[in-house]
Amino acid sequence: MNALAARRRHPAAITVLLLLGLILTGAAYSLLAPKQAQAALASEDQVAAGKSLFLANCASCHGLNAQGTLSGPSLIGVGAASVDFQVSTGRMPAAGTGVQVARGVAKFDEEATAAMAAYVASLGQGPAIPEEAVTSGQGADLARGGEIFRVNCAMCHNFAGAGGALTWGKYAPALKDVTGRQIYEAMVTGPANMPKFTDTNISPEDKNNVIGFLKAIETQPQQGGYHLGNLGPSSEGLFAWVFALGLLIGAAVWLGSKAA
Amino acid sequence: MSTAAAPRGAAPRGAAALRTDDPAVRPEPTGTVKKLGGLAGWVDDRTGVAKGAGHMLKKVFPDHWSFMLGEIAMYSMIICLLTGVFLTFWFVPSMGEVPYDGSYIPLQGVQMSEAYKTTLDISFDIRGGLLIRQIHHWAALMFVVAVMVHMFRVFFTGAFRKPREINWVIGTVLSLLSIVEGFAGYSLPDDLLSGTGIRAAEGFMQSIPIVGSYVAYFLFGGPFPGEAIIPRFYTAHVLIIPAILIGLFTAHLLLVMVHKHTQYPGPGRTNSNVVGFPLMPVYMAKAGGFFFIVFGAIALVSALFTINPIWAYGPYDPSPVTAGSQPDWYMLFADGGLRLLPGWLEIPIFKWTLSLNVAIGALLLIPVMYTLIGIYPFLEAWVTGDKREHHLLDRPRNAPVRTALGAAFIAEYFVLAMAGVNDILAIKFHLAINSITRALQLLFFVLPVIVFWVTKRLCLSLQRADRNLVLHGRETGNIYRSADGEFTEIHEPLDPYRRWTLVQHEVGTPLALGSTKDANGVESPLSKKARRRARWSQFYFRDSVAPVTPAELAAAHHHGEHDALPSAESATHVGPSEH
Repeated sequence: MNALAARRRHPAAITVLLLLGLILTGAAYSLLAPKQAQAALASEDQVAAGKSLFLANCASCHGLNAQGTLSGPSLIGVGAASVDFQVSTGRMPAAGTGVQVARGVAKFDEEATAAMAAYVASLGQGPAIPEEAVTSGQGADLARGGEIFRVNCAMCHNFAGAGGALTWGKYAPALKDVTGRQIYEAMVTGPANMPKFTDTNISPEDKNNVIGFLKAIETQPQQGGYHLGNLGPSSEGLFAWVFALGLLIGAAVWLGSKAA
Repeated sequence: MSTAAAPRGAAPRGAAALRTDDPAVRPEPTGTVKKLGGLAGWVDDRTGVAKGAGHMLKKVFPDHWSFMLGEIAMYSMIICLLTGVFLTFWFVPSMGEVPYDGSYIPLQGVQMSEAYKTTLDISFDIRGGLLIRQIHHWAALMFVVAVMVHMFRVFFTGAFRKPREINWVIGTVLSLLSIVEGFAGYSLPDDLLSGTGIRAAEGFMQSIPIVGSYVAYFLFGGPFPGEAIIPRFYTAHVLIIPAILIGLFTAHLLLVMVHKHTQYPGPGRTNSNVVGFPLMPVYMAKAGGFFFIVFGAIALVSALFTINPIWAYGPYDPSPVTAGSQPDWYMLFADGGLRLLPGWLEIPIFKWTLSLNVAIGALLLIPVMYTLIGIYPFLEAWVTGDKREHHLLDRPRNAPVRTALGAAFIAEYFVLAMAGVNDILAIKFHLAINSITRALQLLFFVLPVIVFWVTKRLCLSLQRADRNLVLHGRETGNIYRSADGEFTEIHEPLDPYRRWTLVQHEVGTPLALGSTKDANGVESPLSKKARRRARWSQFYFRDSVAPVTPAELAAAHHHGEHDALPSAESATHVGPSEH
């Protein structure tokens, strides 16, 4: 105490105090300030690793600084969610250009995907990778999720998420075998022709309800027997003409050839 | 029985020999038969039904699998009637809104119409309900399929010719009613898909020039969707249309009885007989058994394959529409017609709109199509000038133009139906929906012409192949090498029974266009009509291939001799060659 008091008039005291104040404020800010994106927390190393992956695999279309070229759009501001969606569903890196890049096998593991996402997120503000709590579909209100799905999604993705056609060879893909996180990311980033559904359009809880509904109809037993692709009456008609009629004509031929 | 077993060699002698020609004494009926006979007698005494019933039971029907296609339709209809009664016990045709509290979890708490709710209850909470619903729907699809295939059979074999034109018209009306009945039933559950169908139907009504919106208001009892349409469809589906269907169907069957059944050509089959078996007991057993086969097959399909999963579609709500919205298959051609019509047919006239882009497909297509089908027998009779009765069927190849017209019609129908599923084709075959639609618009005009030409040529080729077969026999594949080193294939002549089937038909000749002027050189007022008819007759009979005549056959055998081997058994005529 005496030692501290003795040195309070030391010429360096004011500098030390200022420094201390700045550190405390900085620490408090970093603890209390709202987290905008995961990229804010991403380590320098991760961003650097992401950048080198980006330069090796993506820059040929998206440009060396992700500014976009004639063959690929700018990625500044698309956010980590967009990268995670495109790369984890195997759409990116694209094998070639076409009306729409199809889903495929993911070419990068989770760590590499996260690194690229961190790098792209570091370029500008965009939707972050969503938290598990709103993508698992746990505790979802299925009825509400179903209603939101029918009103907003079924017109392209079909009533059972079996997919549907759009103009000129574009299409809304089937929603089978996709993770809740990918569904959520698609809703917030609007890949290809899909519109964006921000938190003000459909709240995170309602997105979780939609995910819960999709998971429920995907995993529920097929109550009426095999669903014939969930394509509506067309596949039923084809089945009636080919298999049911074939069966009945077969029976008629058999009976017709039977001696009286 | 025991006397019949006596050995033939041992002839009875004496007085017994005089009784050998006596009819055998019938044994007295046993107890059950006697009782049944007594019951039949009791009924006959009070109704006089025995004579008619006996007449019916002795009716002879020819045997062929294609004659059972109509039976499939009849049995599917009966299955629909039986299962439909079950469904009415629980279905409530009301558009009143209620919250769902049944066992299908993804819809619990959703507001829906009572019609939809009770259909869900039938599917999930009534024992056996889903199976019966699926049997009802699959049987309905099979009914329309079987009606159409039955019509194909009747058309391509010329069974619609005199005296059966009226029955063809009745059948045409039945076919039209079957799709209307199907559409009404498909709409009843008030699910998202069928509601979209009703919405489309409302649009069709509105496209009627001038009165369209009034007609729609009248039928829906106000603006769409209102609360009236489901109860009204229900009345149509369970009362009005089935009543007409059953009435016409009975008339259809009675006329078959009156006309007697047609038969395929063959040895011993003429225009004035029917070769086959009597209804009782042969066809009672066969047809009765076939009913259970059809029921069994449809029940099997219904147990294994989902149809119309209304729980997956969700309740009807005018705002959402699902991708891949299609009607049941029998309405696809009408939907396809709409999808093919170009948008510029919507013509604004001052403040009104003439929606020809909808009206042509929705209001004209079905009446035009069914009118053409219905009047075909009369058109053909007018062109051919054939006023005789026909009870022997044509082999399709022997009526090339008719067969080609039928095939062209099917091709046109197929193009329209494919247009109705253009979005499914696009996604399943990774094609652009715009290109599919363009291609189908083109095919609508081109494909029937190509199919007509190809089918006609195929028929003519088949007829020529028949001629070859009759004239030169079957190529056996046995090659004979003569002493000179010449190789010859042995042709085995047809047996007379097979040959008869290939040569029995007659070939019409085109109407000759005589002089269009009368004796005084005055143009006949009828000549224009006659000339038109002659042109059609030319179109119908031109290129026809005549069957082999006995003279040709004899000449061919004569000619064929020098190829035939003197020792070969296959040669019809063995003798020294005159060449």
